[in-house]
Amino acid sequence: MGLPNVSGDLSAEMDVDAFRRLFPLRFYERHLVESIRPDARPLGRARDTTLALGAVASADGSALAKIGLTTMLAAIKMEVMTPSTETPDEGSIGINIEPFSAIDFHMPPICSPLVRPGRPAEAEPVVSKQLSDTILRHVDCFSVISGMINLKELSLINGKAAWMVYLDIYCLDADGALFDAALLSAVAAFSHLQIPVVSLNDHGKVVLMSEENEGGKDPVNKEKRKLTLSSIPFSLTCILHKNYILADPTAEEESIMETLVTVVLDSSGQLVSLYKPGGPVLAYTSAIQDCVALTRQRVKELRKILDEALSGMEVY
Amino acid sequence: MEVDRIDERTPNQLRPLSCSRNILNRAHGSASWSQGDTKVLAAVYGPKAGTRKNENPEKACIEVIWKPKTGQSGKLEKEYEMILKRTLQSICILTINPNTMTSVIIQVVDDDGALLPCAINAACAALVDAGIPLKHLAVAICCGLAESGYVILDPTKLEEQVLIIFVFDFMNAVLVLSVLPNGSLQKKGGEPLEHGIITSFTQGSMSVEDYLHCLERGRAATSKMSDFLRRSLQPQLPSDSSKAG
Repeated sequence: MGLPNVSGDLSAEMDVDAFRRLFPLRFYERHLVESIRPDARPLGRARDTTLALGAVASADGSALAKIGLTTMLAAIKMEVMTPSTETPDEGSIGINIEPFSAIDFHMPPICSPLVRPGRPAEAEPVVSKQLSDTILRHVDCFSVISGMINLKELSLINGKAAWMVYLDIYCLDADGALFDAALLSAVAAFSHLQIPVVSLNDHGKVVLMSEENEGGKDPVNKEKRKLTLSSIPFSLTCILHKNYILADPTAEEESIMETLVTVVLDSSGQLVSLYKPGGPVLAYTSAIQDCVALTRQRVKELRKILDEALSGMEVY
Repeated sequence: MEVDRIDERTPNQLRPLSCSRNILNRAHGSASWSQGDTKVLAAVYGPKAGTRKNENPEKACIEVIWKPKTGQSGKLEKEYEMILKRTLQSICILTINPNTMTSVIIQVVDDDGALLPCAINAACAALVDAGIPLKHLAVAICCGLAESGYVILDPTKLEEQVLIIFVFDFMNAVLVLSVLPNGSLQKKGGEPLEHGIITSFTQGSMSVEDYLHCLERGRAATSKMSDFLRRSLQPQLPSDSSKAG
């Protein structure tokens, strides 16, 4: 397929693929003028998103999220520990001491040709920290609605036993918008989480109960098996390029047009985070408002997808 | 609702700023920037030949190393490095010296709140001191937002922490960077060029209107900061020592 002469230097005909590799920016700009992207998406539309809950059978809660080709697997393990003396009635999410961070985001070499074994990817600590900030510090100091997770629900026996939650997220395929997919999988894993049943054994220690009721001991937390999540955060990453705003970029788009804006909104419409780490294009107020509007729409879509996945689980 | 600040500043008042250039002997450019008690030292080495493996050889490359005051570098430092790198890449003219690497090293001397904006300002001053070609300058500011929608600028560490612990009053820090062109004011789609945001970094949740409100306050304050930056970057008197070679 030939392309018309775009500059004096080019030969009169060139393959589309060759043009895409040699002049990626011009290739994209020709699409943007028509308000469309090479994968036939309009500028404001995100890629197809799917969620599979319970992907990891051995974990207490897990989810596999796919946005387009970007795939993230989140898994939650829970462990009983003694709560800290300052907060005897609260559980905790991981150990908040560096380097043992609560929420771990891994980019193994399987996800992208740019990640080499042994050297952590550049994006890894950044996305990891962003996730921790969004999920953990997302606390509204009204104690009734404290953030996404109420730490008091993680308590078992006041002052003696509480749950410690470990969340690990693995990137299986990195094709742009890593933070969006990671946050979605983390949120879905928390929604899917089934707190294991525990009981007190003879020595006064809290142990996990197996399926058969051993010696008729009563479980400590039979009724309370799922976490209530309030104000769930959802995010959308957009690229700013000249006057265009592209929602949900692929890895190719991210590498060509470097200005990313990530907006995180929660289900009540509050802005949890607006993250724009530099980039050649400046964001004016109008651009920010457009990004926030696109994110609001996306939050509705994601909310629906999450609810459908959850109701699908509860059928059996 | 007025909130009394501990150091008796008005909500829009910045802490005393100070900037010194050319303080390190061996570095090609260096600057120290302090806002109140927060002090950051920035050094620039470059341009050096050759870029890192995966970087585009047609452009210059910037590498940032962030050294905290105590302890080892962890994820927080890596995140700051990435934010700073992207910010500085957007203000430098990268096509002038292709296939080179410029290193910016940030050393935190003292942290009393608003650390990242202080570092960005220091890095910008150090780049000017090193003579790296820049498109325009960048200034950064930190805003805090209390529950009632009340905005305070340039919070100290105590304000940042205290407002998180108290239940009724809490803090969401918003970082805004505003661009300042050297002299000319161009209109772009109705908004002057100098109101563009290069980088924004927020912690904690707030409503969108509060965020935009913070932006307005931040912009007003950055014009004062940029005047200060321009003044301190004036060429020094010839009696000052120049680097040999």
